[in-house]
Amino acid sequence: MHELSIVLSIIDGVTEEAELRGARGVSAVHLRLGALSGVVKPALLFAYDLACEGTLLQGSQLIVEESPMVVHCPACDADRTIESPQSFRCPFCGAYAANISRGHEIQVVAMELV
Amino acid sequence: MTAGQPRLVEVRLNVLKKNDVLARELRSRFAESGVRVISLVSSPGSGKTAFLEKILSGLRQEFRVAALVGDLATENDAARLARSQVPVKQIVTGTICHLEAEMVRNALEGWDLHALDFLFIENVGNLVCPSSYDLGEELRLVLLSVTEGEDKPLKYPTIFNTADVAVITKTDLAEAVQFDWALAERNVQLARPGMQILKVSAKTGEGMNQATDLFVSLMAGATSKK
Repeated sequence: MHELSIVLSIIDGVTEEAELRGARGVSAVHLRLGALSGVVKPALLFAYDLACEGTLLQGSQLIVEESPMVVHCPACDADRTIESPQSFRCPFCGAYAANISRGHEIQVVAMELV
Repeated sequence: MTAGQPRLVEVRLNVLKKNDVLARELRSRFAESGVRVISLVSSPGSGKTAFLEKILSGLRQEFRVAALVGDLATENDAARLARSQVPVKQIVTGTICHLEAEMVRNALEGWDLHALDFLFIENVGNLVCPSSYDLGEELRLVLLSVTEGEDKPLKYPTIFNTADVAVITKTDLAEAVQFDWALAERNVQLARPGMQILKVSAKTGEGMNQATDLFVSLMAGATSKK
């Protein structure tokens, strides 16, 4: 359970970007969360409200977009979305596919400033 | 701008950037110093410390070896590892459930990395959180003991996926718990196709030579590149 430290990093990063743009406050933060990020969405949301108190982000909404895992299938030579991290196999041909193209990201993609 | 009307600003902020940047700095420092850095992750009680005790004792005959060990509360593991007569430093993380690159950097202060061939980093016993944090290591081992069951890779696929080698420990108990080797190996391959698997018992010494050989081969690779 390291969601609180993730949230604190989000607040630090967003505060810096918001201040740079002269914002008085932040009303929403859009976060992309990869399926392999090791971060649990409900725990993140739980920690968020509490941690935002007294910062520029107080009262803001955390909007989480969960993004799937994408692997490169060596047999098809194509990127494939896989449903479960419990099976790194191409959904089309069944080959083992170890090269992860996407899925680790914990990334703020947008913020709504006031 | 109208007051009260929020404006949407697109950014690309990697939340773990600070850790990733620090980990990259560590990785280049390790490479420049010529020290091979290997980390160990597993659930509590999988045998990381017992495994490491044997590895440290073996390697120190020929190489300069040191270890960092992370734990929530005690310094017991450092005391155990110190019996191997190599430099050991404990990182007490308090309530933090994983090691971060910054903790590793701070723990290394005052250590001359040029004077080391191998540095082992034992992470906090946890199969969830350490997967998000790069420590700058060259090789990450994930340990799984036969007593935990064959399905660990399926329950914690993310950590298996971030590791390079799976080490199945306590093989001396495999028969007693009717460990299904084929199933365990298949599950490891599902979570991380192509992953190398070592089978060891720190108690009987079974497979420990292969583990030592793996680490020594890292060193050989380094010399041949020069």
